[in-house]
Amino acid sequence: MKLVTVAGPPSAGKTAVIIKTAVHLKKIYSKIGVVKFDCLSTSDHLLYKKAGISVVTGLSGNLCPDHYFVSNIDDCLQWAKKKGFDMLISESAGLCNRCSPHIKEIPAVCVIDCLAGAETPKKIGPMLRYADTVAVTKGDIVSQAEREVFSFRVRQANPKASVIFVNGITGQGAYDLSHAFSKATDVDSLEGAKLRFSVPAAICPYCVGEMTIGTDHQKGNVKKMVFKEVEEAAV
Amino acid sequence: MTELMNTPVAVIAEEHPYCMDYFRSVGVSIADTELTPREIIDALDNEALEDKGFSKEQISSHFIEFLKQAAMLKSTAERSVHSVTIVGGFDKSGTPENFELILKPGDIVCIVGTTGSGKSRLLADIECFAQKDTPTGRTVMVNGKILDGEDRFRLENKLVAQLSQNMNFVVDMSVGEFIAMHAASRMIPDIEATVEAVITCANELAGETFTYETALTQLSGGQSRALMIADTAMLSSSPIVLIDEIENAGVDRRKALELLVKEEKIVLMSTHDPILALMGNRRLAIHNGGVKKVIETDREELAGLEILQCVDEKLMQLRTMLRAGEKISLDMKKFFEL
Repeated sequence: MKLVTVAGPPSAGKTAVIIKTAVHLKKIYSKIGVVKFDCLSTSDHLLYKKAGISVVTGLSGNLCPDHYFVSNIDDCLQWAKKKGFDMLISESAGLCNRCSPHIKEIPAVCVIDCLAGAETPKKIGPMLRYADTVAVTKGDIVSQAEREVFSFRVRQANPKASVIFVNGITGQGAYDLSHAFSKATDVDSLEGAKLRFSVPAAICPYCVGEMTIGTDHQKGNVKKMVFKEVEEAAV
Repeated sequence: MTELMNTPVAVIAEEHPYCMDYFRSVGVSIADTELTPREIIDALDNEALEDKGFSKEQISSHFIEFLKQAAMLKSTAERSVHSVTIVGGFDKSGTPENFELILKPGDIVCIVGTTGSGKSRLLADIECFAQKDTPTGRTVMVNGKILDGEDRFRLENKLVAQLSQNMNFVVDMSVGEFIAMHAASRMIPDIEATVEAVITCANELAGETFTYETALTQLSGGQSRALMIADTAMLSSSPIVLIDEIENAGVDRRKALELLVKEEKIVLMSTHDPILALMGNRRLAIHNGGVKKVIETDREELAGLEILQCVDEKLMQLRTMLRAGEKISLDMKKFFEL
């Protein structure tokens, strides 16, 4: 059983990239499954089904999506094993840019799109910096110059990853990406496996339903903003 | 590389000017350039790092890797591709293509065929250095050699720059700032002169001029295309340029091709424009997913090209008249010397 984690900001094209890559992966692995993590709702399972890929959806609802991922990923793996899959791909959106689902020894892919702007690679956290492969989407609608600048910025943010441009519509580049997926080795259980980076903490009353604003309600893990002296803006 | 960690950044910056840029990108400001990367990183606050999703080990190892890669980028700027060889595979019905094509810098090859005939597949094969492992079974070699293993998927080995009608500039920056940013990411030493050269060249292609300060997103279609072509010719690292249908791009097509050839690019152009097609040294006719014919542009065809260019010139004159608000009620038969 092989596992690959795929993460990226919302609407970057993760599902399209996985579907196009699966076309090539199917030649090596006969049964591929996807577990789609999302927060509120998703209709991506319909796309996967249409592409002939088995999918299970996990909605984190009012829980921190990444904590939810960590507490469920081994169950997903066990489900996939029971189903007799050769490869399981997890898809999750890094919503706050601080979280990352990547696990040590498990191939990690980050999907970002180059419409997001040249500064974006710097802003995306461990999800990009700890990935083995970065798939860049939507390159077909921006200029060559922007693609080159963007890939340079990605490399600055994560010099160790390989960067592959993938067109989620035509599938160009998906073949290259499938090579990164096929580096996965067999994994039986994730019991004891380590995340590549800690997920952000979330243990305050607001995590568990508190709605009132005010100092009295800020207990547990509270972090306050620091307001440094700000120079008056020049008129 | 460990000694780098113990060298003052001021010293490192002499050889690797972009090293400061790395620290900026991870949000570290360097107050004293006499400090070594090790000292700078050790002084960072662990908790603040964790908040931002960094760790000290990662910053150090990424710093070293980034310098390595940047140095490699610099050296690939001088990399030379003498030839790209494409060995035929099979079309969609499994019929062998039976062709071997060697492309050299300065070559212009046109790709002709109906939509869905397999033009993009050919491009994709070149892009990933097909080794009989893509649906077409083609093989693509660089300088007569097969690129294998990791080399094949390394970004610095990416050969193909693409230019198509669908591409736009989306960043909110001025032309000058952006081209300078591109030049910096290519480790070009004289950024200012390069930016100037690119803009001048783009203006020659476009006809309607723009300046350093013009916002990228405000360029007209023709200006955008012209800037993309000039930038690709002069700043892109890729030795192969793939152009998709630029017939209506509003740029001087002949000058654009001359520029790419002058910059020693291998140009692959999908087109249905007879003038552009004849400007190529040869063309590949694609049908049913396979290359059906390789046609060399011969003297007979070139004789026709001159006439086509005259007609094109005449049409251009009519367009200019239209733009100027004139009536074009002249004697067309006479005008076209028919």
